Amino acid sequence: MSDIKIKITDRDGVTHEVDAPTDMNMNLMEIVRSYELAPEGTIGICGGMAMCASCQCYVKSDHELPEKSDDEDAMLAEAFNVEDNSRLGCQIHITEDLEGLEVELAPES
Amino acid sequence: MIKTDILIIGAGPTGLFAVFEAGLLKLKCHLIDALPQAGGQCSEIYPKKPIYDIPGFPEVLAGELVDNLMEQIKAFQPGFTLGERAETIDKLEDGTFVVTTNKGTKHQAPIVAIAGGLGSFEPRKPLLDNLEKFEDNGVAYIIKDPEVYRDKKVVIAGGGDSALDWSIFLADVASEVTLVHRRNEFRGALDSVEKVQDLKNAGKINLITPAEIIGLKGDANLESVTIRKSGDEGEEIELEVDNFIPLFGLSPKLGPIADWGLDIEKNAIKVDNTLDYQTNIPGIYAIGDVNTYPGKLKLILCGFHEATLMCQSAYQRIFPDKKYVMKYTTVGGVTGFDGSKKEAPKAVVKAIE
Repeated sequence: MSDIKIKITDRDGVTHEVDAPTDMNMNLMEIVRSYELAPEGTIGICGGMAMCASCQCYVKSDHELPEKSDDEDAMLAEAFNVEDNSRLGCQIHITEDLEGLEVELAPES
Repeated sequence: MIKTDILIIGAGPTGLFAVFEAGLLKLKCHLIDALPQAGGQCSEIYPKKPIYDIPGFPEVLAGELVDNLMEQIKAFQPGFTLGERAETIDKLEDGTFVVTTNKGTKHQAPIVAIAGGLGSFEPRKPLLDNLEKFEDNGVAYIIKDPEVYRDKKVVIAGGGDSALDWSIFLADVASEVTLVHRRNEFRGALDSVEKVQDLKNAGKINLITPAEIIGLKGDANLESVTIRKSGDEGEEIELEVDNFIPLFGLSPKLGPIADWGLDIEKNAIKVDNTLDYQTNIPGIYAIGDVNTYPGKLKLILCGFHEATLMCQSAYQRIFPDKKYVMKYTTVGGVTGFDGSKKEAPKAVVKAIE
């Protein structure tokens, strides 16, 4: 297994290209936290249960992502600053298919 | 003035378990929490979700864990100030602290243990320009007294349990209830969803979905809201209302604690993890998710450990001259402040003939 490259634009508009491991059962929210691209306590508040929307991000590249679960869909329906390309980072599992993924973190709310 | 030995800020699992450990040392506790019920995140965010890493519980629902903790600490008669947020702290000349809430309730204790998790839960506010102008003039995020809405025209926004439950409740109180949500689907208990369906069919709840409130109008008080229906048409509706209640859940904010002069790093309070989880201010401790130190893990089980060591240190601060020898509960039993006593049954000595 190998790492993939992901481009993450933080809430200040700075883009970071990071290595994301595909063999550690990680999701996008955890990648953001591991590189500290958003302050602790402002992302992943519910721990990854799709219950807080603090890890909302906009998917900028045209990668085929897994379908939203009902939980994610319902949470996004109650979040703010939601766009058509909004997803919850905690629901995006890091796999080799996501090589080159580009995302932008949604504002804190 | 409420007086106690250890004043605990935050009634989540860590704060609740601290009551038990303090009780074994005959120290009384009082807890302050911004939420109206004990349990912190476990009760507020995920009561129905299972937890698998509580030692001795292969699987326990977060809500059940809180119920169990409440049962475990009952005999130590903790006091609670719920629905109030700890706002300020003052140190008195005798070394004790006075913590005052946003409602002005004062608490005095020689020890303060901050078990605040990620902070106090504040309502998430929709992004509307003049929202603040109407706060308390027609807009409220928390329903304290439903009678305020008697015979009023009320619009509720949101798609979760609280939006559903309050729509149902207010259908009998308000003259008109409108529920606005961005989707046709709601995330809530099935019977709540069905109840809203029945009330809608009966004409008692006016349901507008998928739609969003995009504007507020009025002079001093709220007079109407602008609702935009999603879809191709994007039709806008102007709805006359007296009250707008956005119910978009809660999000934790460290809040006023950040201004107490404590060392803060990454939205958490730095503590001495080599000893007792004390902060840079002697007498103030931080335990559970709210603290940070090298290697910190935000786990409930770690919070329990931190609470235990904090209580030992608190005891030494309160009674500097007393020597304390830790006793196993199996040996010493548990003597409650309510007079109850739990202890291991004595072995029977009886000859076998």
